[in-house]
Amino acid sequence: MATDRAPVLDKASLDKGTIREIIARRVARELKDGDFVNLGIGLPTMIPDYLPDGVRVVLEAENGIVLAGGCGAGEESPYVVNAGGQPASCQVGGAFIDSATSFGLIRGGHMDATVLGALQVDQAGNLANWIIPGKMVPGMGGAMDLVVGAKHVIVAMEHTQKGAPKILPACTLPLTAVACVDLIVTEMGVIEVTPHGLVLTEINPVFTVDEVCAATAAELTVAEPLGSML
Amino acid sequence: MTTTTDAPVTSHKLVSVAEAVAHVESGMTVMIGGFMGCGNPHQVVEALCAKGVTDLTLIATDTSRPGYGVAKLVEQHRLRKLYASHVGLNPAVATQMNAGELEVELCPQGTLAERIRAGGAGLGGVLTPTGLGTPVADGKPTVEIDGRTFLLEKPLRADVALISGYKIDVLGNVWYRGTTRNFNVVMATAADVVIAEADHVVPLGAIPPEDVVTPGVLVDYIVEGGVPGGD
Repeated sequence: MATDRAPVLDKASLDKGTIREIIARRVARELKDGDFVNLGIGLPTMIPDYLPDGVRVVLEAENGIVLAGGCGAGEESPYVVNAGGQPASCQVGGAFIDSATSFGLIRGGHMDATVLGALQVDQAGNLANWIIPGKMVPGMGGAMDLVVGAKHVIVAMEHTQKGAPKILPACTLPLTAVACVDLIVTEMGVIEVTPHGLVLTEINPVFTVDEVCAATAAELTVAEPLGSML
Repeated sequence: MTTTTDAPVTSHKLVSVAEAVAHVESGMTVMIGGFMGCGNPHQVVEALCAKGVTDLTLIATDTSRPGYGVAKLVEQHRLRKLYASHVGLNPAVATQMNAGELEVELCPQGTLAERIRAGGAGLGGVLTPTGLGTPVADGKPTVEIDGRTFLLEKPLRADVALISGYKIDVLGNVWYRGTTRNFNVVMATAADVVIAEADHVVPLGAIPPEDVVTPGVLVDYIVEGGVPGGD
């Protein structure tokens, strides 16, 4: 069983894989036993591997699985896929549902949390994660419904895009939704979105507060005491 | 009428795939169920491509991945307009969009499902919080209900809906397997003509009434087909 704490490392050992693990481990501690959760594709799908002992969540795949599970080699079926279109399964006790029902669960306030990546987040909790005009136009899929409907919206992402801040005073890309983000978890720290702006509540101890602030274009209030995210 | 499962599989709704796609003409609006190809009516899509229809308006939640299911209609340049929530895994869409060949209206996935449901349920539209403050809201009215603001989204209907089910009985009652329900369920309600592709056409009574998801009254034509690699 995975421990719920990431080892403390030095900055030099923060490769891509380690960064993703640190973020996934920390987000996993936000989820409570029994939560009904939708995880975006990519990094968020790593989170179940790091759930603390005794915590089991009910995963949704928005294309139509409540209590979604993985799929072993040789068990693939053309009749069962997850929201990424990859082979998947429905665990015992779960349900297959249609898309209108699925998004009713999402939009209707029945979902405890959603975790997804972002291109930009701003200090009002605005989120941009579906389009870069002229460059990348994949479509929003279910993201707009998820961030409007889930009770708790957690952004899990690398703190910067190759050094360029992604946490901004105001998003410059087209929005996914307005004032929807509750918590931002990056490899540098944990940031809460409050009515008074962004509050750094935990830090990865390999970084200094000054380094986190320098990598953040929005203004950060630093909580006292400041916890460790590891 | 018999309720036994060993009755012969005959049905006035059962037609060949070629007969079914005769109902789809160039320029029509077509809905196709499925999610990333899972639950697409694969044989009907194949026949539609073979028939050579063009300038279709397609309503589908996504355009699948290259070479699989509904993706073929894009790759063979059969579409003039597309309503979808996600097109990122089929590069042909971006290419044709950029070339000005294909008009794409991106719609949040939950909103798309409800717009189709509204179209099939006789409702005048959908009031949703999804999309407020984003490009999706551009040009659309908002409505205030009990102090909350909603976006008004219009219903969607089609000339023809092409859906897929694992077991379909001779009256058109559909049982879906796995995650293939997705958009098939709402699309079966929202078109003038509904063509349902079955992995297996089964006798009357083979699907218990409690297990019927799409009632046969919605289905006009049944074809035998199925997903490649299915059983």
